[in-house]
Amino acid sequence: MTPLELLTWARGPGLSIALAICAFGILLRLFEIFSLGRKADLSKAREHSPGSGWRTILSRSLPPPGLMKRAPVTYIGGYVFHLGFAITLFFFVPHIELVRGLTGLSWPGLPTQVIDISAVAGLLALIAVLASRLSNPVKRLLSGFQDYLAWLLTFLPLATGYLAFHHLLIDYTLALALHILSVELLLVALPFTKLFHTVSVFVSRWYNGDIFGRKGVAS
Amino acid sequence: MAHDAPTIAETLRRQGISRRGFLKFCATTASLMALPPSMVPAIAAALEKARRPSVIWLSFQECTGCTESLTRSHTPSIEGLILEQISLDYHHTLQAASGEAAEAAREAAMRENHGKYLLVVDGSIPLGNAGYSTIAGISNLDMLKETAAGAAAVIAVGSCAAYGGLPAALPNPTGAVPVSAIIKDKPVMNVPGCPPIPVVITGVLAHFLTFAALPELDDRGRPKVFYGESIHDRCYRRPFYDQGKFAETFDDEGARKGWCLFKLGCKGPVTYNACATTKWNQGVSFPIQSGHGCIGCSEPGFWDMGPLYKPLSMPIAPVQMMVGAAAAGGAIAGTAMAMRNRAAKKAAQAAHQKVTVDDLEKAK
Amino acid sequence: MSASFERGYNAFKEVLDAPIASFFSSCVHCGLCAEACLFYTETSDPKYTPIHKLEPLRRAWQQEYTVLGRLAKLVGLAKPVTDAELAEWSELVYDSCTLCGRCSMVCPVGNDIAYMVRKMREGMSAAGHAPEGLVTATKRAIQSGSPAGVKWATVEATIKRVQKEFGFEVPVNRENADYLVLMSSWEILNYPEYLGAVGRILNRAGATWTLAQDAYEATNSGIQIGASDLARELVGRIVGAAEQLKVKCVISPECGHAYTAIRWEGPNLMGRPFGFEVKHILEVLDDLRKAGKLKLKGTLDKPLTYHDPCQISRRGGVYEQPRTLLNQLAPQFREMHETGTLNWCCGGGGGVSANERAESLRLTSFKRKKAQIEELGVKTMVTACANCRVVMEEALEHYHMDIEMLGLTELVAEHLDEGKPNE
Repeated sequence: MTPLELLTWARGPGLSIALAICAFGILLRLFEIFSLGRKADLSKAREHSPGSGWRTILSRSLPPPGLMKRAPVTYIGGYVFHLGFAITLFFFVPHIELVRGLTGLSWPGLPTQVIDISAVAGLLALIAVLASRLSNPVKRLLSGFQDYLAWLLTFLPLATGYLAFHHLLIDYTLALALHILSVELLLVALPFTKLFHTVSVFVSRWYNGDIFGRKGVAS
Repeated sequence: MAHDAPTIAETLRRQGISRRGFLKFCATTASLMALPPSMVPAIAAALEKARRPSVIWLSFQECTGCTESLTRSHTPSIEGLILEQISLDYHHTLQAASGEAAEAAREAAMRENHGKYLLVVDGSIPLGNAGYSTIAGISNLDMLKETAAGAAAVIAVGSCAAYGGLPAALPNPTGAVPVSAIIKDKPVMNVPGCPPIPVVITGVLAHFLTFAALPELDDRGRPKVFYGESIHDRCYRRPFYDQGKFAETFDDEGARKGWCLFKLGCKGPVTYNACATTKWNQGVSFPIQSGHGCIGCSEPGFWDMGPLYKPLSMPIAPVQMMVGAAAAGGAIAGTAMAMRNRAAKKAAQAAHQKVTVDDLEKAK
Repeated sequence: MSASFERGYNAFKEVLDAPIASFFSSCVHCGLCAEACLFYTETSDPKYTPIHKLEPLRRAWQQEYTVLGRLAKLVGLAKPVTDAELAEWSELVYDSCTLCGRCSMVCPVGNDIAYMVRKMREGMSAAGHAPEGLVTATKRAIQSGSPAGVKWATVEATIKRVQKEFGFEVPVNRENADYLVLMSSWEILNYPEYLGAVGRILNRAGATWTLAQDAYEATNSGIQIGASDLARELVGRIVGAAEQLKVKCVISPECGHAYTAIRWEGPNLMGRPFGFEVKHILEVLDDLRKAGKLKLKGTLDKPLTYHDPCQISRRGGVYEQPRTLLNQLAPQFREMHETGTLNWCCGGGGGVSANERAESLRLTSFKRKKAQIEELGVKTMVTACANCRVVMEEALEHYHMDIEMLGLTELVAEHLDEGKPNE
């Protein structure tokens, strides 16, 4: 198999299979979650509340006062990684073309120099949060195989994308093929690992905001 | 016939090429082949002494595009002249002889230059049925094996000879294969492209004449000097790619301004060839300069590597149906799991025994 | 019958719901909840990381209610939850969690960890892994009417003291009153001034109120130990009395968990909405103030701060009312650095104060509050939860800190303008 054939497989059947597993898994997981149900709360909710599920979906993206100082690596690393990853994912023109190919939607991209910075920032942040995971006793206690797997699956698309873009170490065609394959691995693992938080975070934040909100607390 | 043939230098001089012109050609060749300038005298010396080597050119399942490409680039280029300096003893498109006389010429060349002649092949070889492509009643496969047996080296010119080409496109009805799939005991050099760049062929021929060996090849048998870099990396439109400036259609403002053609399906990033540097038609232009994206014609299997007008990062096949079906499958599996979960939870609730204060501790 | 692992595990299966499933699905193991938990910040022991306290519940969810978890269980790859593990987790679930919910406020993916710990305790108590102190308190609450063993006779004694001191009659079992006044054991035993304060304020406002002989105790050990069947019985006493006496509103006293028990869990435990309102005393005070029925005079002119009881502010939504009152009463009222819905717990909520086993950990965790007080430099701290108050008074003594604790209702009563109601 030549690199171009591998790339063609990745762009063709590989992508279809990965997206299919991802879609299947997400639906399955959502059914799993919602099937457990939630009893209607019979207590009288406050009439006026500064909080709500929708508010918390947004507000939880900001650090609560005081915590940034206590966990700077987690917060700054987390922000830089998520922003770097998101900018790279959503504003690199070839990626937008992929979305256009899948959905017909498109938007303006950013210059590759900006993408370059965001990707490197994302990579460095990932390395920093991994170091923190290995050294911080709390994170080490909480972490298992899945946490490191999820890290690797997130790291690979950024790393292979970077190698491909800069023609480092491996031939571009192969690098591009590996890049797309690594994204496909990420898609396959997404519903079944903690990477599912990309979907469930909206559900959990909403529940949190709703639980607090009905009591009159903006969480 | 080769023994008393004039040397290349003699032939060139007879045709009015000055010593200066000859050295200039040697220098160009050296730079083209990425050889140090100190090699120029060596090239000149080698070429001066070289006798016209015998070349046998076999055309199998092909469109003659490769031959057209070479012949059309002749006037009055030095590459054309050097082509005349070889003894093209068999080329069924170009030779005057036909029928048995033509085959006799091939056999004579093979006999007289055994072990020394160069075999050039364009077109792929059908393995499906010997009758798919024959010359003088001889199947392509037999002719290739027979002719290659006494060759010093084989040059597979064009994507068909190098990789199977369009005849090998899915579903490959003739069972077309490249030269390298059949000839395993001779050096085989691939010069892919549909068609390949003429100067690449003359360049590698000059190399063969100079050093009596093929130039350095990459893992796909291509001369590294010409196929080492991607079109994208050497493309004059690359800065637009980096700035995020793209032509969206073939007639929009971006296209007029000469912006990057990535979104129009340009395969420059995954195509390794010299088009962007040597260009075509005596260095006039190349496809991207003319406003069309690279189709990647010199890459193996380019004909089956996704739509020509879809960006490289786009999916090749429509995925919506499959993803939709998978999502539906997920919903069905999810519903089954949901029903199981609900039943399990209900069972747990039914199994609940009211907790009294006496139930807060285990029985002693 | 008795507690058993099977009953506990069954309870896990009962309480697991969609929110919990989404919480476990979202957790990325970032460890931020630890930074919000005083049991971790004051000990630096990673086992006190809030989400870690739920590990057995998480595995129960995974193995019972997810496809992959069930598959893993089928092929023997899943680590089953065991009784020994639950025994080990008892300390984490009861001693090192006050259900304060601070972690629930900071979790970046929105996990309400306190909600989950409360649910997990259902299984822990059914499996017989609740701490002895809480079991005893719960037994007493069910059997004698109060976790501290306070009987009606004791309440009567308090009533007499109040009547004698303030010269008004304390109504008992009066029908159709505006308010049913409840107390916590602490208020009956340690802070009888609460009843006097509430009586004076309500009388001055011209409101009718009553105590109920069948329901004087507001606290609910069933909630703390995590046994809804018992919590229901305890809440049922109050609901029964309120309905029998046809009161308009039940006043939850200065007690954190009592408020959660009656106001938020109560209707869900009973399975029906209440026909009467439930308000914390601070809400009632604020209502009276808004209606112009709470006239205050004078101020307490010394530097003081307010400790938010977690169940009143963060888990109850009553955080503005005390500030409105304090701004009026105390010109030198100052906020602690982290306050309101992001306050730090006293360390003794959620049944921890009734759990002798947790005493040394509770005192260690108080260092957080201690640092907050010292940073502010005040000598007076007001609060609105008798449990917070007892826990902190004990800890202040332990650390030889000379800090005066006040109940907010009591402070309000002291500054009541006792002129004639219709002047």
